[in-house]
Amino acid sequence: MHELSITQTIIDTVIEAAQGASVRRITLEIGELSAILPDSIQFCFDACIPNTPLAGAELDIKTIPGRGRCRTCGHEMPLDMPYGICDQCDSLAIDIVAGQGLVILSMETVPCA
Amino acid sequence: MCVTCGCSDGAEPTLTNLATGETTSLADPTAEHTHTLPNGQTLTHRHGPPDNASHAHNHDHGHDHGHDHDHNHPHSPNDPPHSHPDSQLPTPDSRLPHSLHTLELNVLAKNDLIAAQNRGWFEGRDVLALNLVSSPGAGKTTLLTQTLNDLKDRLSFAVIEGDQATLHDAERIRATGCGVVQVNTGTGCHLEAEMVRRGVQTLQPPAHSVLMIENVGNLVCPALFDLGERAKVAILSVTEGDDKPLKYPHMFRASQIMLLNKIDLLPYVSFDVDRCIAYARQVNPDIQVFPLSATSGEGLDHWYAWLLDQVNTLK
Ligand SMILES: [Zn+2]
Repeated sequence: MHELSITQTIIDTVIEAAQGASVRRITLEIGELSAILPDSIQFCFDACIPNTPLAGAELDIKTIPGRGRCRTCGHEMPLDMPYGICDQCDSLAIDIVAGQGLVILSMETVPCA
Repeated sequence: MCVTCGCSDGAEPTLTNLATGETTSLADPTAEHTHTLPNGQTLTHRHGPPDNASHAHNHDHGHDHGHDHDHNHPHSPNDPPHSHPDSQLPTPDSRLPHSLHTLELNVLAKNDLIAAQNRGWFEGRDVLALNLVSSPGAGKTTLLTQTLNDLKDRLSFAVIEGDQATLHDAERIRATGCGVVQVNTGTGCHLEAEMVRRGVQTLQPPAHSVLMIENVGNLVCPALFDLGERAKVAILSVTEGDDKPLKYPHMFRASQIMLLNKIDLLPYVSFDVDRCIAYARQVNPDIQVFPLSATSGEGLDHWYAWLLDQVNTLK
């Protein structure tokens, strides 16, 4: 289950970036083609943050739908799997152009001083 | 994995040099290390049990809090739908000095950076690095030892063995006379670029050699972690379902070739080779497929020809 090590990376990254400030919300962007499950990230996050500087922080997850571009004719289309068939020319050569990312978009902090 | 230094928390990965028997930890939980943040500030931190004191806290905590810093409320599935106010909205919270920081940090960026460094190291020495991925039991280690034995007079090999716990596979590789290090990932289900970097430091594969990286048996997680390899080689055996390429599309899309192993067992199992190849090409139209059997030797020559051809393109 890669979500646990990925969640730990997210937590470490935010703790570093917060530089001691208390964090109350983190916004994450997860692509629907990324093979990373938002529910698992949420579960791991809730399990990992007690007794860390992020204790009590909320996690907002925005999901990004998949999009592909046909390598043959250039047509763009939505994708719900990391592969597809071009609905214009039936080509299977589809490049994924969106929906594969995992990005920490922002955090909201309350400075202690 | 610490995004700043690439080491894994909690999983306790280790590296074992089969030549010396020496085992070292890849994530010493007590080791302090220093990072430079994008804004130029340097921070020292360590991994292991969460401990606020280990994180730099440069301001005075003696100030008087006239308010409660805990803005959260418990959620339960029975809660009515509600929303949490944005920081811009006038809420009681917004009177507190808090701020929204845009980070836009790619979570896998640190792994990808180390992978790029590995790739540069391999390219500079004409080392062909291959990342072998499969389910548990697909016959990856048998195929690898057969390949080493058959080609060791023509190619120079080194192996990084990934496994959650044991040294068994690495000992089978060592028996072929090939240099090998074992990375035990502990609870981790995949190899990361930093583990390969450390493995390469120990192994020192010579110029013009082939580095085989045998990943942990798992068709999901290794697809997400670039190790700096030239290609991922997916190994699927005919004792598995012929629809596996559709069930694990990320892995078969990320792989350049698929070795369809154990074809000597085709008379005894229900596995449609043509259908499997069609599924693999649906996910990845460019994937090359070599049906073979590591035990009977059938089809191995096509895989060896591909391997030799890849080595020749490096020179
Ligand atoms: Zn098209």
